Amino acid sequence: MDEPILRLEGIGKVFGPVQVLENISLSIAPGEILGILGENGAGKSTLLKIVSGIYTPSVGTVHLDGEAFSALDPITARRHGVAMIPQEFNLVPTLRVYENVFLGQELRRGGLLDHGAMRRRTRELLDSLEVALNPDLPIERLSVAEKQMVEVARVLVNDARIIILDEPTTVLTDREVTVLFKVVRALVARGVAIMFISHKLKEVKELCDRLLILRDGQQVELCAMGVLSEEDMARKMVGRELSQIYPDKPPTSAHETSPALRVRGLSLKGVLHDVDLEVHRGEVLGLSGLVGAGRTEIAEAIMGLRRRDGGELCIDGKVVDIRSPNQAHALGLAYLSEDRQGKGLQLSFNVMQNITALSLKRYVRGLIQHSAERRQAEHYQQRLSIKAANLAAPVSQLSGGNQQKVYFSKLLDIEPDILILDEPTRGIDISAKQQIYRLIRELTDQGKAVIVISSELEELIGMADRVLVIREGRVMVELCGDDINEEQIMLYAAGARQHANRERVGS
Amino acid sequence: MNQSHNAKSMGNLVAQTLRRIPLNATILAPLVALILLFAVSSLASEYFLNSRNISNVLRQVSYTGIIAIGMTFVIIAGGIDLSVGSMVALVGVIVLYVVNAISDPIQAVILAMLAAVVAGSLLGLFNGLLVTRGRIAAFVVTLASMSIFRSLALYFTDAAEVTTRNPIFSNVGGGFFLGLPIPVWVFFGLAIVAHVLLFHTAYGRHVCAVGANPQVARYSGIRVERIVLSTFVIAGICVGLSAIMLTSRLNSVSPSDAGYFYELDAIAAVVIGGTALSGGRGSVWGTVIGALILGIINNMLNLTGVSPYLQGLVKGAVILLAVLLQYKRAP
Repeated sequence: MDEPILRLEGIGKVFGPVQVLENISLSIAPGEILGILGENGAGKSTLLKIVSGIYTPSVGTVHLDGEAFSALDPITARRHGVAMIPQEFNLVPTLRVYENVFLGQELRRGGLLDHGAMRRRTRELLDSLEVALNPDLPIERLSVAEKQMVEVARVLVNDARIIILDEPTTVLTDREVTVLFKVVRALVARGVAIMFISHKLKEVKELCDRLLILRDGQQVELCAMGVLSEEDMARKMVGRELSQIYPDKPPTSAHETSPALRVRGLSLKGVLHDVDLEVHRGEVLGLSGLVGAGRTEIAEAIMGLRRRDGGELCIDGKVVDIRSPNQAHALGLAYLSEDRQGKGLQLSFNVMQNITALSLKRYVRGLIQHSAERRQAEHYQQRLSIKAANLAAPVSQLSGGNQQKVYFSKLLDIEPDILILDEPTRGIDISAKQQIYRLIRELTDQGKAVIVISSELEELIGMADRVLVIREGRVMVELCGDDINEEQIMLYAAGARQHANRERVGS
Repeated sequence: MNQSHNAKSMGNLVAQTLRRIPLNATILAPLVALILLFAVSSLASEYFLNSRNISNVLRQVSYTGIIAIGMTFVIIAGGIDLSVGSMVALVGVIVLYVVNAISDPIQAVILAMLAAVVAGSLLGLFNGLLVTRGRIAAFVVTLASMSIFRSLALYFTDAAEVTTRNPIFSNVGGGFFLGLPIPVWVFFGLAIVAHVLLFHTAYGRHVCAVGANPQVARYSGIRVERIVLSTFVIAGICVGLSAIMLTSRLNSVSPSDAGYFYELDAIAAVVIGGTALSGGRGSVWGTVIGALILGIINNMLNLTGVSPYLQGLVKGAVILLAVLLQYKRAP
């Protein structure tokens, strides 16, 4: 094997009191593809940022071309040929392909831009990747896959020799993935080393030579691909005790009554296909799946935020038609968006105004009763222990956890019967998480039905009474009881295991 | 001892009352500026405090002030309306046509007032529909309609001044009530109504929500487009009121001059009053104060004999100062 182009030696990273990475050692040779697997928060992106010089490791050294760095900066990393293709593309939509490829490093002749040379060079690069793409097209006219190719061409201008692909396939269709893999192999043939991050086990297995599995910042496995099956991979990514932050689940009971919410054949063109689900009072239903699988779209279609292309909704056995969030709220539904700051809370509004955003009608006796609003806000402040010095201050001043509690209060204030919670604990600390888990259980104990959408498997396992795994807009499987575990969920979510028809697994 | 105790509780009471009044930096800064300006003006010119002068300043302020109140709603909801000045001219022409078309003077005036409000709201609806249904930026829509409205006013009248012989029409805008000109009463009355609408009704809350983050508003079940549309209608109605006051005061309308640059004065008043041009928050009182500040500055410059060519410079400087102060507050 060739000399390693990149070698990490005992890399560790600490953020405040939190150990994010611990003792990572690996090396990559030119022309090698290293797959990196791990759950959210396992330390993948921290590792990538260390390699590309954005973060400085707390301990350990990075060797590039045999040169040792204890502190790497982005410019040095780039000079040594490290390039990252991010999940969110950094392209200027209004500029042309070649202008983007050379953005910030334009070729000049006599002080003026040399459009001809840039166009020619871009065409050469794209040809070498066997991608047929007109360098003169504006970026906004390209598909997601084509944009990705532009990003690849962009790093090749710099003679990149280590290319980091951060979950490049989540946004691609199967056919586009095939093209991407062809391009990756073409790069490898030129001696480029690839670090490939993905959630999809099958792809990793298909593409990579070696595999690094991270769990809680630790290197669990570093081995040649041949040895491991997909099931092994899933098991290694997971395997951890669930801590006691989850309240006890109630014993499973037979649901004799009709479900609080029943969805039949829900479809959104190109996004959701014939989704069935039901949730009973007193129950937490988990929706699992990879990012982009269609979980949020299910919630938004139910809430009337998206126009359904098909499907029927029943609440307490009665068929209902929901075309707007207002109607959904009136029928006792409430939705907590995953995008707290973009769709959930008015950041410039104060705590009171946010809490009464849905329920404002209740505070109007001719005019808004501001004192009643304040009393209600104080009630929630106490009930959910919201730490806010001043209820009249904008919620942007609160911490993420307290903002989330305000968002919950906003939903609770319309006294909903069915709550759909999309990533209810995203970006909040562990103690706030625990409080929110307790609150969710409290709500089901009161006879409310709760749907939890989450990317954190641990959270679903800890909270959900049943779990539906969603993949590519379809319900793949329904898991109950002991079958709700990370291995099962991962296998179905990543498509490693598949049933011709959706089935029910578990007791 | 007892007395000091009383004084102390008295002080507490005052402090508490003050805290209850919704005064914050946003409104306090323009208010302080207004008071300072008032004090300086009364020192700078002996004529300033003259009751006729004050009443004139207030009257002058009220024409653009009424429009600025409507503009406040548009801007808080995240839009802008550049067409209000031209709309004044077009509605003014319509008002005079109605006044002249009806022989009974009282009927004529009443119908003219109705026509002004209806015409204003229809023109506002026109802007609003293009913004919401047409999905064109408010700036572009109203830039276009600014040109369209002015052009229509000129075309209908052949660019000539329209006058009326109606004997009572001029009593509307030229009349007094309890010592103050009627337009001033309309201005302050409208301000109170608008303040209540903005701060004490669900509608007002929704206007702020739409301007602060339309996505959040949509997810909260607010009909974003309907709210945006309604703010343009409100602006149109305010223009209608202003047009009545202006044309009846002059007993005529000049299609080329009427409402000229009113949009800039109205936007300036809103901005000086602390309403964020990016939308989401603002106050009617701020706008009223902003309009008064602009009016007093104009008046002071006139009284002290500063070149009229410099007045624009001072106005511009005041706007910049107000916005600079706003940025200081929100780092």
